[in-house]
Amino acid sequence: MSASALVTTILGAPLLAALGCLLTRRGRSAQLLNFAAALAVFVATLALLPRAFSGPYTFWGGYLLVDPLGAWVLLSVAVVYLLASMYSIGYLRIPGSAPRLPGFYALFAAFAFTMLAGPLMNNIGVYWIAIELTTLVSTFLVGFERNRASVEAAWKYIIVVSAGISLALLGIIFFYWAASFQLGPTFDLTWSALRSVAPRLDPTLTLMAFLLVFIGFGTKVGLAPMHTWLPDAHSEGPTPVSAMLSGALLNTAMIGIARFIQVADVARLGLTPRSVVVAIGALSLFVAALFITRQTGIKRLMAYSSVEHMGVMTLGLGFGGPLGIAGALYHMLNHSLNKSLMFFGAGNAMHVFHSRRIGRMHHVLKLMPAAGLLWLAGALAITGAPPFGLFLSEVTIMRAGLASANAWAVFAMLVLLNVIFIGFLNHFRAMYFGSNPDAEVRMAEHAGEAQLSAWCVLPMWLALIPLLVLGVWWPHAFSTYFAAISRELLGSTP
Amino acid sequence: MLATHLNPLAASLFSLLAIASLLLAFVLLGSRWLQDYLIAFAVESWLIGALSAAVGFYGHFPELYIVAALTVLFRGLVLPYMLLRIIRRLEVQREIHERLAPASSLVVGALLVVFAFVVSTHLGDSLHLVGSVAVLALTVMLSMKLIGLLMLIVRSEVISQILGLLVLENGIFLGSQILVPGMPLLIELVILFDLLVVVACFGVLVRYLVVHAGTSSTLNLRRLAG
Repeated sequence: MSASALVTTILGAPLLAALGCLLTRRGRSAQLLNFAAALAVFVATLALLPRAFSGPYTFWGGYLLVDPLGAWVLLSVAVVYLLASMYSIGYLRIPGSAPRLPGFYALFAAFAFTMLAGPLMNNIGVYWIAIELTTLVSTFLVGFERNRASVEAAWKYIIVVSAGISLALLGIIFFYWAASFQLGPTFDLTWSALRSVAPRLDPTLTLMAFLLVFIGFGTKVGLAPMHTWLPDAHSEGPTPVSAMLSGALLNTAMIGIARFIQVADVARLGLTPRSVVVAIGALSLFVAALFITRQTGIKRLMAYSSVEHMGVMTLGLGFGGPLGIAGALYHMLNHSLNKSLMFFGAGNAMHVFHSRRIGRMHHVLKLMPAAGLLWLAGALAITGAPPFGLFLSEVTIMRAGLASANAWAVFAMLVLLNVIFIGFLNHFRAMYFGSNPDAEVRMAEHAGEAQLSAWCVLPMWLALIPLLVLGVWWPHAFSTYFAAISRELLGSTP
Repeated sequence: MLATHLNPLAASLFSLLAIASLLLAFVLLGSRWLQDYLIAFAVESWLIGALSAAVGFYGHFPELYIVAALTVLFRGLVLPYMLLRIIRRLEVQREIHERLAPASSLVVGALLVVFAFVVSTHLGDSLHLVGSVAVLALTVMLSMKLIGLLMLIVRSEVISQILGLLVLENGIFLGSQILVPGMPLLIELVILFDLLVVVACFGVLVRYLVVHAGTSSTLNLRRLAG
């Protein structure tokens, strides 16, 4: 298949699935449609990766762009979409939810469509709209359970993110304005047009524009102090949605930040942009560390861990250089796999213990042996312990940081990652090995009802195995791929 | 760019429209009544539509006439109508527990305008545009942006929050008409359309809030923290 056919598949499959789900009244068929779309997207993305490697292509009148960076983000989105679709088959078998299943899957597939569209957008204005659409669609997924807490989370999500993303729009208009002094009043503001005109832009205006887009898309990425919507939205939505939000959505906004950092580099703004990026990344780690250690809700714990990992990725991009970019991108894929695994585990535990509070979960291994073990391995992985993928990427990012102008942040990162390691695993220690007098009683109550569907455990395996493989073996193909992305982001001299 | 070589009549017309829009943002800030918000917002949108048409006329951008017509239609008529329907359903007439009284909000708003002016002048200096209508447009754009954010902070009725977002959108739109009048038509149309979808989504969410959370004030939404 040609690259344009692959792109059509990637965008068309979820869109068709969403329409199909709207038309069908049967939950089963909607489930099947969505799963088929996720599978098609995954296969098409895998096939697209080597093609994207050979250089940026544009399609459809220049509105679609396929480049190595975009294809990489697509891969992380497609992986999470597939895993979450699989998990939702088991998770949504709750009695009484059947009539609303087609609606859920229509939104789910539409959400996947908007996320897959974002990284493919060549025009910056259209990219902004794609990101805005992800918010609008996912708000209804967050509020899907329609109880007080989830509606509150949905409202907070849409207000905070809309306000944040409008700052990004202002920044984009400033970029357009700055470029219009050079390119005349009417032109298409594509990534490549902005990059090529960047050296001639007015530095003051460009710096302001960069800061606005960074804060704007940073809100969507969930960087502190704009992260306030994230723990609510991630914890109150249904679990497959939490995985999609955390593992996929945040990356689609991160790609915008990566591309604007590149513009700032070319525009010769000095050290300020990168220092701001690094400082915000470090602050995100700090805030995450505080909230992780004192957390009581299991899904909120995972959500703050997302703030942490977005901070780590931002640090990687902020440090820059081929190593920093490779580390950040490797981290992106590993985090997508690992965070899906963690949310699936949290969803299973919530199902078994009928609670979302960490304090109500005891003797996890006895109640859900297989899923519990996978979850524990995932917890080790997500805190950056070897031999998992996140360890490799974090070490790579630190190496990049030591060579950069902001080496101080490496030490902050080291300390905070250790705090998070201890704080995060302490919760798991209590849940797995802690002793509690009345836990035995409660365990007896739960015994027998702890039947987890195979669909709830299988995606955990599918997430953990590649995570382990990527931890012990950094494929050579990835290195050449990241080198191509670095060339794209840093210019010809890496 | 357009703003640097305008005839004086056009420059003063643009300034008049921009400043009138800013004043209407203050009307929003200074009132407690939801109906007032709606009228002020609608009039503001009409002014921005007129501004688009004026920029199109003096700058020779014929496609801006389409933008102007759609702005008046969507922002000036459809959006206020959609909001009116939400308000009717809510049975809430006014803001009751604002975090900052309207009078104090006006003072803070004025300070924000001063801040926006300082930033704009600084940018104007760097671009050698001091004294042109571009600096004024920039000031109004940033002021409306900040006033919108202020409304989000100090008002708690859901309608006020939606209007806060719309005011800051209006600010961006107003500024972009003067600063980048040549922006491709497609982008402007999509952004206009996007706004309709946003407000439709808000409408549905407000209904959920009233049904499932039993409130239309965000002061009562404080369950999720930490």
